[in-house]
Amino acid sequence: MTGAPTFEGSTGTWEVVIGLEIHAQVTSQSKLFSGAATGFGAEPNTQVSLVDAAMPGMLPVINEYCVEQAVRTGLGLKAQINLRSVFDRKNYFYPDLPQGYQISQFSDPIVGEGTIYLDMPDGSQRAIGIERLHLEQDAGKSLHDQSPTQTYVDLNRSGVALMEIVSKPDLRSAEEAGLYVRKVRTILRYLGTCDGNMDQGSMRCDVNVSVRHPGDELGTRAEVKNINSVRFVHQAIEFETRRQIEEIEGGGTVALETRRFDPKDGVTHPMRSKEEAHDYRYFPDPDLLPLVFTQGFVNTIKDSLPELPDEKKARFESEYGISAANAGVLVAERAKGDFFEALVASASDKSGKPASEIGQDCANILISDLFGILNKQGLSIDQSPIDHRSLAGLQALKLDGTISGRIAKEVFVEMLESGKQAEDIVEEQGLRQVSDTGEIDSIIDKIIADSPKQLAGYKAGKENLFGYFVGQVMKATGGKANPQVVNELLKKKL
Amino acid sequence: MALDKATVAKIAHLARLRVADDRLEGLASELSNILTWIEHLEEVDTEGVTPMSSVVEANLRQREDAITDGAKADDILANAPGTAAGFFTVPKVVE
Repeated sequence: MTGAPTFEGSTGTWEVVIGLEIHAQVTSQSKLFSGAATGFGAEPNTQVSLVDAAMPGMLPVINEYCVEQAVRTGLGLKAQINLRSVFDRKNYFYPDLPQGYQISQFSDPIVGEGTIYLDMPDGSQRAIGIERLHLEQDAGKSLHDQSPTQTYVDLNRSGVALMEIVSKPDLRSAEEAGLYVRKVRTILRYLGTCDGNMDQGSMRCDVNVSVRHPGDELGTRAEVKNINSVRFVHQAIEFETRRQIEEIEGGGTVALETRRFDPKDGVTHPMRSKEEAHDYRYFPDPDLLPLVFTQGFVNTIKDSLPELPDEKKARFESEYGISAANAGVLVAERAKGDFFEALVASASDKSGKPASEIGQDCANILISDLFGILNKQGLSIDQSPIDHRSLAGLQALKLDGTISGRIAKEVFVEMLESGKQAEDIVEEQGLRQVSDTGEIDSIIDKIIADSPKQLAGYKAGKENLFGYFVGQVMKATGGKANPQVVNELLKKKL
Repeated sequence: MALDKATVAKIAHLARLRVADDRLEGLASELSNILTWIEHLEEVDTEGVTPMSSVVEANLRQREDAITDGAKADDILANAPGTAAGFFTVPKVVE
């Protein structure tokens, strides 16, 4: 485990303690308690039923698939599944909450304690506790900038199912918090229970931050609400850490309060105290019976779980002989892992070499070449201009010695530009590696004859001149000479 | 249990009810009476008894995940005091 980062203040060393609440929109066709659609970007108020608008007399009926999705997520977080849970009303007034309360779960959530493992940059793993996961309704959306005198309200999001995933206060830096959000998002995407698109609001976080001298009791926390990107999570934590240390060292105290993060200047501001009248008066929703299901229901979902990122990472390391860091990159997105496995299988097929032998090379070309280019062009792996079969063609040519590693890089670029297959490019441009000793022999002879000075220098003990001769041979063959053959022949002749 | 005027004022605010100052005293006494009456229930020993959620043996009814509702913005907005471009409008909520 890496040591927690600390901050030096004028009164000593400080550490920051962070807990996160992630609100993840459940992937489903319809809402948690009504049959209205959940799709993003519809015209205002077109995905609203009378239930979502809280018309008098309307009753909520729960969506069974949302229950299944919450259980699936709980299993993915290695968490306790509660066979009986209860829906409560969380009461507050806001124009985009027509019921005057949010249906949520308070004392008996559907999912209890679990664990998430973070892959730290140094290759170690760090366990972060999950406190709970509960199901709740989303509110509508308020637009404050459409008119100088009015707030506009769209209820399309009202009643959409959310999972609130609450961590224990186990995180100790902005970096860890960022890793945690990414890991949760990866797991949710693997499970297919939330699309994780933070820019569309389907994943948002509240960040609880406090500071203390290491070993002390927990300090008073400030809660920064509704952050919608990993970068902003970083900024908000860094700002809060500095603010709280300065506040305390300046003789003040940190107020237990809710704050808002402003992405424009990276600063948090206290919310008006009126907005935070935190007296939710929770009570069991009389419209809903407790949610009860059987262990058999849970087991059926368990049996249908996909391979999760941690397990996939371990398998990649053992099956393909690749490093933990590389495996971590490949499993961060399910599609990347799938592409890698398809590439290895296809390259293994074409070259006749076992997966364990060629895994590292396949990981390298993806991580150091393809992913960078996709990133630069803003493409996802599914939109890759080179599919796994074409790339396997290139890998096979390199693996069987038809082309050298250096030429392979050039062919890769050419494939991207022209869309041609590696085999065709190599044929058309005559890039085949020359391993024919006779041909290389005669080239070497000519170079040695043309370089008497370097030859004398080498014989006099300047061994680094060996590289000069290798370079000349490669130059004369346009980089196509097999470097191993060149080395062997040169050593003999010099 | 006795409620004081301040508590009554707070409850009224949370429920968004406007209560005139000269009525707080009377309400405090009425609400206190109700609470005292309800408190008789505390004489019953409920140690280890799960709170009852229904008088009938029933499970929470569930529905399948299908789009069966919505697409009626006009109905939804029909009784709204204010609308614009398909939105509800309310007096500006200052952030």
